[in-house]
Amino acid sequence: MSRARTPPVAGGAGGSLAPVRIVVCVKHVPDIQGERSLGEDGRVVRDGGDGTLNELDENAVEAALALVEARAQEGDEVVALTVGPDDAVEAVRRALQMGAHRAVHVLDDAVAGADAVGTAQVLAAAVRRLGEEAPVDLVVTGMAGLDGLTSLLPTLLGELLGVAALPLASHLEVEGGTVTVRRDLDHATETLRAALPAVVSVTDAANDPRYPGFKQIMAARKAPVTVLSLDDLGLDPALTGAAGARTQVLLARPRPPRQDRVLVQDTGDGGARLAAFLVERGLV
Amino acid sequence: MSTPATVLVLVDHTPAGALRAPAEELCTAARAVAAAGSVEGVWVATDPDDRPGDAVLAALGALGVARVHRVTAVGADPRTSAVVAQALAELHAELHAERPARAVLLASSFENKEAAARLAVRTGAGVVTDADDLALEDGTVVTGKTVLAGTWTTRCAVRTPLAVVTLKANAVPAAPADVATEPEVLERAVEADATARAVTLVDRVERDTSGRPDLASAHVVVVGGRGTEGDFSAVEELADVLGGAVGATRVATDEGWIGHDAQIGQTGVTISPRLYIGAGVSGAVHHRGGMQASGTVIAVNNDPDAPIFEIADLGIVGDLFTVLPQAAAELRARREG
Ligand SMILES: Cc1cc2nc3c(=O)[nH]c(=O)nc-3n(C[C@H](O)[C@H](O)[C@@H](O)COP(=O)(O)OP(=O)(O)OC[C@H]3O[C@@H](n4cnc5c(N)ncnc54)[C@H](O)[C@@H]3O)c2cc1C
Ligand SMILES: Cc1cc2nc3c(=O)[nH]c(=O)nc-3n(C[C@H](O)[C@H](O)[C@H](O)COP(=O)(O)OP(=O)(O)OC[C@H]3O[C@@H](n4cnc5c(N)ncnc54)[C@H](O)[C@@H]3O)c2cc1C
Repeated sequence: MSRARTPPVAGGAGGSLAPVRIVVCVKHVPDIQGERSLGEDGRVVRDGGDGTLNELDENAVEAALALVEARAQEGDEVVALTVGPDDAVEAVRRALQMGAHRAVHVLDDAVAGADAVGTAQVLAAAVRRLGEEAPVDLVVTGMAGLDGLTSLLPTLLGELLGVAALPLASHLEVEGGTVTVRRDLDHATETLRAALPAVVSVTDAANDPRYPGFKQIMAARKAPVTVLSLDDLGLDPALTGAAGARTQVLLARPRPPRQDRVLVQDTGDGGARLAAFLVERGLV
Repeated sequence: MSTPATVLVLVDHTPAGALRAPAEELCTAARAVAAAGSVEGVWVATDPDDRPGDAVLAALGALGVARVHRVTAVGADPRTSAVVAQALAELHAELHAERPARAVLLASSFENKEAAARLAVRTGAGVVTDADDLALEDGTVVTGKTVLAGTWTTRCAVRTPLAVVTLKANAVPAAPADVATEPEVLERAVEADATARAVTLVDRVERDTSGRPDLASAHVVVVGGRGTEGDFSAVEELADVLGGAVGATRVATDEGWIGHDAQIGQTGVTISPRLYIGAGVSGAVHHRGGMQASGTVIAVNNDPDAPIFEIADLGIVGDLFTVLPQAAAELRARREG
């Protein structure tokens, strides 16, 4: 992903600048509004047919498109990248509908059962491969996959690619070859800055993702999707999938619903009942 | 019997040098995984005056911490995850030479997950995030984890020699060690590597804490949603009577009724307090994802069909502006009476 070129990305108009390439990582996840479940093997059931683009990745796509649109330069490119089974192609299709220029789907049975590090290995290999065609300036991800929810991916990617990782941007600026993010943490608000190339993740507060129109949806249907295997990426299958997993799910079972639920109508003593319940349960 | 091992614990603390609550829970969990080995605290100093004081050392000693490694950084800001990860990786390598290092434990927060990710790449460790249980089974670190918005329970083993685990607050009750220790403080200066130097912390503004407990680790959290219409006084009053923290839904934070850091849910803070009370909160799936693992759930909502009632141990169909103040008054009267 590394490059020797100055500056890879610049804000504002004018000047003859080198084109910018942004890779945006998008994950296909089971719809969180539906029934989600884990299989015997502890893996998320992904063949329910009601999968969608992880909605937090719409913010990532929007951020990438907005950066490119603000430059209004010929030749800039946003590449949507997903790793996952057949259905995962829907995630990159959605990104194409939103306006991504290209789509890459890493599809290989050997990836099944990957943990966070194993998935990051594949994404990193794919970014490196794209970087061989033409330099990649920025990788943008969502803040979390709404199924795995580890939020490990952006930092793992930065480490594996050997570039700066700046996760959780609620505000993102790219100017003169540097990226600056503002982020809200549990106890503090920070501003981080790094030279490109870099990896950033954006939060759902960063922007309002656009809604593709009918025309874009139709056009995306016909757009090509590049499908790559681990072999194409030159990645040793032992580094990913169940074989490379450093963590192993031993057991997965649904939690029983809460027992003895009580629903009462407030008839003037609702607050008193709440207080009495707390006393009864030893919660005060 | 598992062999004794070293377990490193990242000791989160406030800028004023006080322990953050999960530190005690982490040390308790660490003792079990160390199997009579050594629990080593790691204190990343954010400025030259930031050091574990006598009270902190006594507290860590009561928890059985053998040594505290006080980390300072040269060449990069110690408050960045790359420096924290570098310090942990260097300590791991060095301590491992003395005695096998089995685990690095961190409190679950976005910052610590970044350090965990870096550590995984640098040490080859497997990572489990948001664990709510930790055990040693035949020498293997096994974690418990509640997933898919609190609807599934999993157990997950770490197959690598080193496990990196971020542990949720309120999951493992803190308990003192059988034998207290007097932790020695060892100074360690980290010379920032290229990765650590690649990111510049331009500024960091700590938020003041309102005097209430920390949201992520509070035992009691009272949450206000759109139903408050921006008036959080009833929510705050009940939280204060219960000694709890105040949280909010995304609608409330987006409206600017309360700070963004109060947002509970999949894209905000994940909490699992002993007691969650939601007022004027509908219970959208995004919100539930961040609170469904709570101990007891109470909901006050004037719509009997609000989805939050499906997961509430006690649901009160009523107006939060009358129910909450009445509950607060009752509890106050009980205390005084
Ligand atoms: C319930 C559950 C719990 C899990 N717990 C752990 C655990 O503790 N440790 C562990 O190592 N693994 C764990 N895994 C596996 C791990 O989550 C996945 O292997 C991995 O794909 C990361 O997914 P995430 O949703 O956690 O990623 P996150 O790090 O939360 O995702 C951040 C961003 O990375 C990008 N991204 C993530 N996955 C992909 C993808 N496949 N294709 C393209 N972009 C992607 C997206 O932009 C996303 O918004 C868990 C999986 C599940 C289902
Ligand atoms: C990608 C994404 C991520 C999100 N992440 C989060 C997240 O992390 N956390 C989060 O909270 N949300 C999140 N949301 C938003 C979430 O989907 C819901 O919109 C939000 O949780 C609803 O907030 P609410 O319950 O306050 O409001 P509403 O759903 O409008 O509910 C208000 C409730 O108050 C009740 N009410 C009104 N007046 C009174 C009264 N006087 N007394 C008692 N009850 C009253 C009503 O009956 C109603 O049930 C996310 C959304 C998206 C798309």
